[in-house]
Amino acid sequence: MLRPFRLEEPETVKEVSELLGRFGETAKVYAGGTELLLAMKEGLVHYERLVNVKNVKGLNDVTLDDSMMRIGALCTHHQLETSPLLQQKLAALVRLEQNVANVRVRQVGTLGGNLCFAEPHADPGILLLALGATMVAQRANSKREIPAEQFFVDAYETCVEADEVLTEIQVPVPVRNSGVSYLKFGYLERPSVGVAVALQVRDDGTSILDTRIAVGCAGPAPKRVREAEEQLSGKSLDEATKNVSKAGEIAGRAAQAISDLHGSQEYKEHIVGVLLKRAFQNALSQYRAVQR
Amino acid sequence: MSKAMLRRADAQTIAISFTLNGRHQELAVEPNELLLDLVRERLGLTGAKRSCDVEVCGACTLLVDGRPVSACTTLAFEVRGRSVMTIEGLADNGKLHPLQEAFIEHGGFQCGFCTPGMILAAKALLDENPNPTEDELKHFMHGNICRCTGYKKIIESIMAAAKVMREKRA
Repeated sequence: MLRPFRLEEPETVKEVSELLGRFGETAKVYAGGTELLLAMKEGLVHYERLVNVKNVKGLNDVTLDDSMMRIGALCTHHQLETSPLLQQKLAALVRLEQNVANVRVRQVGTLGGNLCFAEPHADPGILLLALGATMVAQRANSKREIPAEQFFVDAYETCVEADEVLTEIQVPVPVRNSGVSYLKFGYLERPSVGVAVALQVRDDGTSILDTRIAVGCAGPAPKRVREAEEQLSGKSLDEATKNVSKAGEIAGRAAQAISDLHGSQEYKEHIVGVLLKRAFQNALSQYRAVQR
Repeated sequence: MSKAMLRRADAQTIAISFTLNGRHQELAVEPNELLLDLVRERLGLTGAKRSCDVEVCGACTLLVDGRPVSACTTLAFEVRGRSVMTIEGLADNGKLHPLQEAFIEHGGFQCGFCTPGMILAAKALLDENPNPTEDELKHFMHGNICRCTGYKKIIESIMAAAKVMREKRA
C-alpha cells in the first residue's frame, strides 16, 4: 500500500527547484514513477511530498543541435525507442531502449528518472558513459553540465543535489568511422551485467583511434573503465582484437561485481569479458558495414 | 478498518475527469490512490488483476490513451483528461472483440487470470502494428506472464485475431 503524501504540480523548472529546496529530504521528484512508486509501495522510502514534474514544458523533446543530440529528461523510453532521429543518429540507444523492462514500463518510465533513481540494474547509464554524454542539472537560477563519469556516485546515488532538476541529457553523435554497441545479460527483465563499447577507427582503417568502455549492473554503479580502453586505443585492429580478452578481464574486475541471486562475483566478471568481446566485434562490424 | 476511516481529515483530493470505457467520469482521488484500486474497488471493474504488484506480470494491464500501463503502479490522478479502457469495455454492445473471439476459439487461456491483461496488451500491439511477425509479437508481449498455457495458444490466438482484424479493415 502507498502511504499518503501530498502532490505538488509546478509548471517550471524554477518552481520545481524551489519546492525541492523548501521541503528538502521530505520531497522527491516524481516523473514516470516506475521505480519510485515501487520503492514507496514496499515502504522502503517515504516522502511527504511528491513533486510531479510532468507539467514542466520543454523537457520531452529530442533534438539535434549540430552534432549534439539533446534528449529532454522527461522523454519516456517509448518515445526514445520510436524516435526516427535517434534511429538515424544513435541506433545503439534505440536498441537499448527497445529492451528496457517491458512495454508498460517503457510507456511511462522516463530516461531522466531512470538516471536519477540510479538503480544499479539499469541499462541507459552504461551506454551514456561510453557515448561520452553530459547531464544537465538546473536550479532556479543556475545550470550545470555534469559529465556522465561524475554523475553516478553509488547504488541509488547520483551527484544531483537535492534542489537540482535533471533537465537534459546531451549525447555527442558518434563521428564517422565509428561503432557503438551495448549488450546485456540477465534473467527476465533485470540486467545482471551490462557492457557498452564505443570505438572510432583511424581514417586509414588500420588502427583504433579511440575506445570507450563502460560496465554496469554487476556492481553498485555504472562506470567507465579507462584501463580496459588502453588495451584497445591506438592499437592495430588485429592487436586490439587480440587484446580484447585482456580488456575484458580488466573490465570484469573493475565492475565491482557482487554475488547475489543473479550469479556469483566470478560468474559476472566472466560475463563482462564475454559481452565486451561481443560488443567490440559488433562495434567493429558496424564500422566495416559503413565502409563497404 | 474502512477506507473512509483511513482517510485523513486533511487529505488532499484531486478532482479528475476522464473517459472510462467510452463513458465520461468525474471524481475526486487522493494523490496516493492507485489506478488499479480506483478501477477495482471504487468502480467495480474487476477484470484487471492485482498479482505481482511490481509491473512485471501484466495482469493489471489497462490501456490509457490506447497504450498499456501497469495499473498497480499508476497513480489514479494520472488518467485525468485521458481515456482508459478496461477489459469490460472491449466488447461492442455485447459483441466480443476479435481478440476475445480468437482467445476462445484457439484456447488462449486456461485459468483466465492473465487473460484481461493479455488481451488488452495484444490490442495495443495490433492497433500499432496490425501485421506483426511472431518475433514482434513475442517482444511486445513478453511482459505479460501466463503460468498455465506455455504461451503457444496465446500466440496463436493473437495471430488469428490479427488476421481477422486485417480482413475486417480491408
